[in-house]
Amino acid sequence: MTKTLKATNLTRRFGPNTAVNNVSFELSKGEVLGFLGPNGAGKSTTMRMLTGNLAPTEGQVEICGINIIEDPKLAKAKIGYLPEMRPLYKEFKVNEFLRIAAKLHNVPNKKINESIDIVMEKCGLTHMSNRLIENLSNGYQQRVGIAQAIIHNPDIVILDEPTVGLDPIQIREIRKLIKDMGKEHSVIISTHILPEVEIICDRVQIIDRGNLVFHGSIEDLKQQRRGNKLLVGMKKPPTLKKLQVLFDVVKLEKQDALLHVIQFNSSDIDVEAFIKASIKERWGLFQISPHITSLEDTFVQLTNQ
Amino acid sequence: MKMIINIAMKEIKSFFVTPMGWIIIALITAAFGWNYFIGINNYFEVMSGAIRPAERVGVTIYVGQTVYGSASFLMLFAVPLLSMRLISEERRQQTLPFLFSAPISIIEIVLGKFFGLFAFLAIMVLYIFVMLSTLNIWADIDFGYLIANTFGLFLLVGSFAAIGIYFSSLTSQPIIAAILSFIFAVTLFILERYFASQPNHWFSYISLMKHFQTFSRGVISSKDIIYFILFISTFLVLTIRRLDADRLRG
Repeated sequence: MTKTLKATNLTRRFGPNTAVNNVSFELSKGEVLGFLGPNGAGKSTTMRMLTGNLAPTEGQVEICGINIIEDPKLAKAKIGYLPEMRPLYKEFKVNEFLRIAAKLHNVPNKKINESIDIVMEKCGLTHMSNRLIENLSNGYQQRVGIAQAIIHNPDIVILDEPTVGLDPIQIREIRKLIKDMGKEHSVIISTHILPEVEIICDRVQIIDRGNLVFHGSIEDLKQQRRGNKLLVGMKKPPTLKKLQVLFDVVKLEKQDALLHVIQFNSSDIDVEAFIKASIKERWGLFQISPHITSLEDTFVQLTNQ
Repeated sequence: MKMIINIAMKEIKSFFVTPMGWIIIALITAAFGWNYFIGINNYFEVMSGAIRPAERVGVTIYVGQTVYGSASFLMLFAVPLLSMRLISEERRQQTLPFLFSAPISIIEIVLGKFFGLFAFLAIMVLYIFVMLSTLNIWADIDFGYLIANTFGLFLLVGSFAAIGIYFSSLTSQPIIAAILSFIFAVTLFILERYFASQPNHWFSYISLMKHFQTFSRGVISSKDIIYFILFISTFLVLTIRRLDADRLRG
């Protein structure tokens, strides 16, 4: 797969504060990368550096092999960016604003009308074309924001919290739009809505206090969530000591009268052996399943909050 | 170059989609028209009166002085009102990332905004020229005088515009930008009056008024042209540096 974006050792300091510390990652074509992190973790700062809105204190950003600091014009032409505060000139109509966006992004004059029609279609704005942006609802303004980011058909689309403040139906539509975009472009979205990441993204990056604390595919994240715990329902549960004789168990946690969470030392649990033992010892096993920590818990664990 | 025009077009459009542009054009042109009317009226009164032949001046100069004298003063009020939103409004609405993320350099952004405003002001400057040229219908007027004045007024409003853009880049409150650039422009404009007794003092030399006066006498002098061009470039460079600092300092 071709790499579209490469960030190496990105660092940004504001005076004595380090907002982003030594963050490196890559992005391939046709991939949706989710940027997760608590408020003030450095997500937006990283995105501003990726798009050339903020100069990094240290480190490099390469867009399709072009260094954004050395050759900003060429690199910026390949990026579409929607910041958290959507940059809309509200005194213009939707089509007027998109025309300005197209012109400023070097869309050839002949193709401007065509590309405006395409993005309006994609973002469901066609019937709003002649409305003043000022008079549009929050959700439609957000769509205009996305439309201006993809008008020049960029290789990389960077969206900072694209679903904040939208109603559930709009959120679903925008998510679908982002997923569709992910087929043709590389997309980076930042969010703090955790389930959203699972729905839209192929890969996840969790950033906390400027540091990258997790970096991997959605599968990796799920693996992390499954972990090393079993949720077991037993009518006559054994004691921890007895369990420890048979298995490599760390902790036995009582969830209610009958349900227990058993934490093993490794994530490689021999469930079959456990069931055999439970029959032999007559623990009264009636339910067994992997104990999936919620995404929130994983997130809290990773960010040590 | 293409991008500078694109940005300039965007700014001109923005002047005309809000009432501000129309109101200012209406008020200013009405004021010019009124001065023109007064000028012609007075000309006949004064010149037909008991004025000695040696002190008589032509109609172009008499009416021209009335109109251009008031024009430079009116522009002092109009330009800050037009320039105040150029960058500060973008700061306030957080739309600067839209420009910064596009494949445009900061130099192009600032020049585009400057020429957008300049083109808008040019409408008014050319309006005066056309208005005064109508005198030619019943008199033989001195076009050289008009051209020199027009040229001088272009340079003067260009300087006001450059000051306006710079102050607009400093704040996110358009009103503050307008007040600051107005005070600054007025100070530079009238500095010469307070140093009338010392015409060679450098305070007097940096006054915009002093350099504009050459043009209003009908003289196009390269010294004054260079002064205005340097003046405009200085403030544009300061603006570029200010915006660049946004990217560097955050």
